[in-house]
Amino acid sequence: MSIIKTISSLAVSAILTLTGSQLMASETIKIGSFLAITGGASFLGDPELKTLQMYVEEINAAGGHAGKQIELVHYDTGGRAKDAVKFAKRLIQKDKVDLIVGGSTSGTSLAVMPLVAESEIPFISLAGSVKIIYPVQKWTFKMPHTDAMAAAKIYGDMRKRGISKVALISGSGGFGKSGRTQSINLAKQFGITIVADESYGAKDTDMTAQLTKIRDTDAQAILNFGFGTGPAIVTKNVRQLGIDLPLYQSHGVASKKFIELAGEAAEGVRLPAAALLVADQLPDSDPQKAVLLAYKSKFEAAHGPVSTFGGHAYDGLFIALDAIERAGTTDKAKVRDEIENTKGFIGTAGVFNMSPQDHLGLGMDAFKMLEIKNGNWVIVE
Amino acid sequence: MRYLRGFFILTAIVVAMPFLFPDNYYVTVVAVAAGLNAILAVSLNLLMGYAGQISLGHAAFFGIGAYSSAILTTRFGWNPWLAIVAGMALTCSVAFLVARPILRLKGHYLAMATLGLGIIVNILLVQGERWTGGPDGLGDIPTLSIFGWIVDSDLRWYIVIGSVLLLVVVLAQNIINSRSGRALRALHGSEVAAEMMGINTTATKTAVFVLAALIASLAGSLFSHQQTFVSPESFSFFFSIELVTMVVLGGMASTYGAVLGAVILTFLPELLVVFEEFEVMIFGAILMLMMIFLPQGLLVGFNEQIRKWLLQRARASGGEQRRDIA
Repeated sequence: MSIIKTISSLAVSAILTLTGSQLMASETIKIGSFLAITGGASFLGDPELKTLQMYVEEINAAGGHAGKQIELVHYDTGGRAKDAVKFAKRLIQKDKVDLIVGGSTSGTSLAVMPLVAESEIPFISLAGSVKIIYPVQKWTFKMPHTDAMAAAKIYGDMRKRGISKVALISGSGGFGKSGRTQSINLAKQFGITIVADESYGAKDTDMTAQLTKIRDTDAQAILNFGFGTGPAIVTKNVRQLGIDLPLYQSHGVASKKFIELAGEAAEGVRLPAAALLVADQLPDSDPQKAVLLAYKSKFEAAHGPVSTFGGHAYDGLFIALDAIERAGTTDKAKVRDEIENTKGFIGTAGVFNMSPQDHLGLGMDAFKMLEIKNGNWVIVE
Repeated sequence: MRYLRGFFILTAIVVAMPFLFPDNYYVTVVAVAAGLNAILAVSLNLLMGYAGQISLGHAAFFGIGAYSSAILTTRFGWNPWLAIVAGMALTCSVAFLVARPILRLKGHYLAMATLGLGIIVNILLVQGERWTGGPDGLGDIPTLSIFGWIVDSDLRWYIVIGSVLLLVVVLAQNIINSRSGRALRALHGSEVAAEMMGINTTATKTAVFVLAALIASLAGSLFSHQQTFVSPESFSFFFSIELVTMVVLGGMASTYGAVLGAVILTFLPELLVVFEEFEVMIFGAILMLMMIFLPQGLLVGFNEQIRKWLLQRARASGGEQRRDIA
């Protein structure tokens, strides 16, 4: 028995020396992050991590933030909620970080919120769901627009075109489901009737059955909420069936990949998206333009095509750093108050104005309505 | 009591850890996760290791337990303990219903059928948004309390999970060393031969399947109270595969092997995070090497190596003695 005890204590002490946190100078800002770097949601976590690392390196090379070096501690959740909880505990208890910027997916963000509240540490989420900030939770903030805002933007554009009957088709993943719920909830407010409510699985390769049903309704437009290849297939199928209705996609397909996949069928598709995608088309008077172009050129020089997801990490990192600077300390409660006081911060997702009632702080103007023309996005407003 | 020797060692380790390393992240957080995985691996091992019935859908029962507790306590305000029992009752009936048709199958077909079961349950969790909260999950699950002792800290969860693990290990060891345990192993060896010996193979297989499912359901309920949040991807096909890996890695047909497999597979990723992007690669390489050099599993493999070495030494010294005499 004593042998086993010795072995186990040896093993644990080896473990501790292996992974133990290095001795830290007191003059560092410790930012913790848990992201979906591998797995199905890696398209979110990967650009987020690259963005964080890129800027932390840059700031440290330039002498740190307000004289303090930044240390980034990050873990890969693979998009799994239980790993997110585990790593959030590790960040809080073992690494003793000052705040957390992370949570690529809504599931991982929602899972750590009770822990964050209990440990009283500021948490800036990079995930989409509206549930993260409604109802407002004291310690949790969020960077990306909500799916409700996307639905509202689309409905606003539909009203302008005189559309009032909409056929809804959505993916069965978290994003599609949440988008569907928000679309249905908001419809009445915009005087819109949902005349069809279809869905498809994440791996479906043909949506003509659902679209044929939609064709038989008196819908004036089709709205598709989904991620990945699904929306591209819907777009192609709509054209193949000769359905001559305006097609709206969500911000879930705001990437060049969608245009590549859908090809010619993508022409005329409208979608709400962050201004980052059309940074160079913005008028010079737009306050966001400089920030967007700077981020875009920096990211593209290092890692290739920019995505809005990495942009959320940029927003989260700098809102956190600004708050720490204003607070003049890394004291968690003071930093939290300052994050809540963020006013007029120009980020990639829009201009942030937070308040105790609004832990997102983005307005509807943060979304641009885009139309795909000649394989590129054009702002229609 | 010889078959419980390992149990005493395990008990000593479980009890000693929080005293040796109080307030240590690896003990209070990772060990709790490892303990839950170990409970699941031990239950799966009963089915896979001893009875030889492969299951790629064990996470489904874990999920049924977790979601039963989560839904009954948050949406209906049930007492958590009642919810645990209800979850186990539901699991029991599901397992019993599917056991008969599924366990008629063998080899790849059985694997396929259990795989299907796992995927169906996962789809239900994702699609049953009104009850399960869909892909975003379900939160605000209350914590457990035992006669007024509220399980609200990591250390307390360590105590609860550790105790349940020890109970499950004793249960498994007792079953294995009983008449039904021998029946299970006979069944593993040859179903026909077992039947010739008068073993009701269908009943035995069904019983062990239901038992494994019940333990998984209990683990699921504990998991959901410990996490206070559940989402479907914790109960996906991939987790079922992870459980199978734990059992195979530790050593099939060895309860302690299953525990060891679970502990290694839970701790390894924690330790490998220092390698950042190479983490997954190194993890894979370690698993491959372990399986190449110790194909019977770590515990079983090690035991055999040590036995071989001892035997060789005994032979060598025996030879010398003979030479001395000559």
